[in-house]
Amino acid sequence: MSGALGKDLLGLEYLTADQIRRILDTAEPFKEISERAIKKVPVLRGKTIVNLFFEASTRTRISFEFAEKRLSADTVNVAASGSSVTKGETLVDTARNLEAMRIDMVVMRHMSSGAAKFLADRIESSVINAGDGKHEHPTQGLLDLLTIRDHRPIEGTKVCIVGDVLHSRVARSNIWGLLKLGAEVAVCGPRSLLPLGIEELGVCCFRRVEEAIEWADVLNVLRLQLERMEAGYIPSLREYYRVFGVTVERLEKAPRDLLILHPGPMNRGVEIDSRVADGPHSVILGQVTNGVAVRMAVLYLLAGGNPDLAEAAKGGADR
Amino acid sequence: MKPILIRGARVVDPSVGRDEVADILLEGGVVRGVGRGLGAPDGAAVLDAAGLVAAPGLVDLHVHFREPGREDVETIATGARAAAAGGFTSVCAMPNTDPVTDNQAAVGFIVSQARRAGFARVYPIGAVSLGQKGEQMAEFGELIAAGAVAVSDDGKAVATAHLMRTALEYALTFGIPVIDHCEDVTLSHGGAMHEGVTSTRLGLKGIPRSAEDVIVARDITLTELTGGHVHFAHVSTAGAVRMIREAKARGLLVTAEATPHHLTLTDAACEGYDTNAKMNPPLREPRDLAALRAGLADGTIDCVATDHAPHHYDAKEAEFDNAPFGVVGLETALGLAVTELVEPGILSLPALIERMATRPAQIVHLPAGTLAPGAPADVVVFDPAAEWTVEPARFFSKSRNTPFAGRRLRGLVRWTVVGGRLAHTLGDPPDAPDRSTA
Repeated sequence: MSGALGKDLLGLEYLTADQIRRILDTAEPFKEISERAIKKVPVLRGKTIVNLFFEASTRTRISFEFAEKRLSADTVNVAASGSSVTKGETLVDTARNLEAMRIDMVVMRHMSSGAAKFLADRIESSVINAGDGKHEHPTQGLLDLLTIRDHRPIEGTKVCIVGDVLHSRVARSNIWGLLKLGAEVAVCGPRSLLPLGIEELGVCCFRRVEEAIEWADVLNVLRLQLERMEAGYIPSLREYYRVFGVTVERLEKAPRDLLILHPGPMNRGVEIDSRVADGPHSVILGQVTNGVAVRMAVLYLLAGGNPDLAEAAKGGADR
Repeated sequence: MKPILIRGARVVDPSVGRDEVADILLEGGVVRGVGRGLGAPDGAAVLDAAGLVAAPGLVDLHVHFREPGREDVETIATGARAAAAGGFTSVCAMPNTDPVTDNQAAVGFIVSQARRAGFARVYPIGAVSLGQKGEQMAEFGELIAAGAVAVSDDGKAVATAHLMRTALEYALTFGIPVIDHCEDVTLSHGGAMHEGVTSTRLGLKGIPRSAEDVIVARDITLTELTGGHVHFAHVSTAGAVRMIREAKARGLLVTAEATPHHLTLTDAACEGYDTNAKMNPPLREPRDLAALRAGLADGTIDCVATDHAPHHYDAKEAEFDNAPFGVVGLETALGLAVTELVEPGILSLPALIERMATRPAQIVHLPAGTLAPGAPADVVVFDPAAEWTVEPARFFSKSRNTPFAGRRLRGLVRWTVVGGRLAHTLGDPPDAPDRSTA
């Protein structure tokens, strides 16, 4: 299986701008399928997909599962708890066992950076990275791109990623995707949560969120995990909100209306003010809707999908 | 034991400033003489070394042989065999085995296993602290009486400034160095590679240069306070090189080593999550590599040491985060050094031999690193021009974890002589007799 994307989707760093546009363009007609009464097309009928989640995930796992089911694939979900992983099986053995079952694709979430590549190098099936450690979360990056593109052209748009960039795979996928499509990208957060050398990727850094808001057209607000406080990266969530929280008061001072994205799950009152999350410029739920379409597009293209996509998307479930 | 006459080699012996074509006669386990036209005694084995280099056997201050504890990965016998294959005649085994080499019996075990194995000489390094826990000092006097040549808590730094101070002071009695693995774990905790733009891209937790530099600074200060001798293991940063150079200029008794991998690779080798490029300290950036090479050239870095760290392939066949640190190095060190340091003109061949034999022997006071008459008959004979390919499957070591697989190198060991006996001949089949488990 290899088509427009190659065998696997491991990260946006490894895609060309054309490949990224191809996925976004393919996602457009798939959006419509989810609006139908009967949300199913037969394009992946007979394909078997394993959703292998070594880390807890609700949104991403459900989104992939809907995407797979709406394309008529046969899917199996494996969560780390209760699987052979908790019995000490290594990732390489897990990979070999999956391979022996002759599956077509694996969607994997794993806590170690590089785990998706590790798996992809060892099995013939396509591997879709659903988040590997702090490395990449390419389908999240793609759905963020699709959501921004719904509202404005990506090229030339100024996007600032706010928060815990150090531990964020979402940030890395966003940076690669946005830069490849011609956006200007910045990051903002306490320096203790920005990775060393991030500027060398071609992004600028803002030390204060007020400066970021003044500069940006789009804010992508990252989740701040409680563990970061416990590990000493920041003194407290309360102070984080005071210094870096994306609040209505701060946004009101912006010279333009900002589009607000958040990959979820949100910590209301920590990185984002509820009034912003629920406000008129928030596209957070639109991201979730787009997530299904983008994942359908990725599955479809990795399965060697027909370039004449419109035809496939038109095909009804009754066929 | 038959005498051995090495005939017509380019004899490079930095201990006496010799670099000329000559013969070497080894008899009774010692060097009998070096000169032109030496006659072969009755029954002597004659090694025709025309076009080859003969030098004092190489000395490695830093190996991990995993015995006792992980004999599936390396034993003292297989490690000593791999050493001989790499041209090393003396190696110093770090104490982070299981159990730790922190007492007289543990040191004695290594000495006796090495004696049974033959091949290269293996000198134990004792632990600084009991169990390497960083609390109570080990009995240095007992360790040395049993055969240890230095102390170290390698694998981690000497845990506290107080312990390092007292260890440096106490070691003065015995005239041995305290070897420190400089790593502040509060800065390196959870790190898997060098912290920089590559770790940022790969999403791997980084180990900053400062994790090494703050301990180097601490130890230099304590050396100044105590008059002790610190030897810095596997220096990896430009900052450490600078501080060591400055400390030496101030007359402090500090010495240092760098590994072949830190002298030839950067963190770019971690691309693609290659776990064979995962080691501690991590591979750093081009400017660190340049500083290490400059430091080795000007003598700031005294010697090359391999930090030979075997691991089972199952352990390295894992997610980068979960793979252990370390690479094997004994069988590639000389080839890498000739190819990457001598041929580009960073070091002359005599300077390389000085840094791989004479100087390391001096640091831990071994009777090695010289071909002076009466010295132990430890000699390496190698072909500096012969090209070969690194094939891990042909290693004598039990482990294969090298980032240099497939690399074309020049500098091939033809013979290694230890104590007047041939310990390695090029072409020996790579199935080391492992007498320790026989």
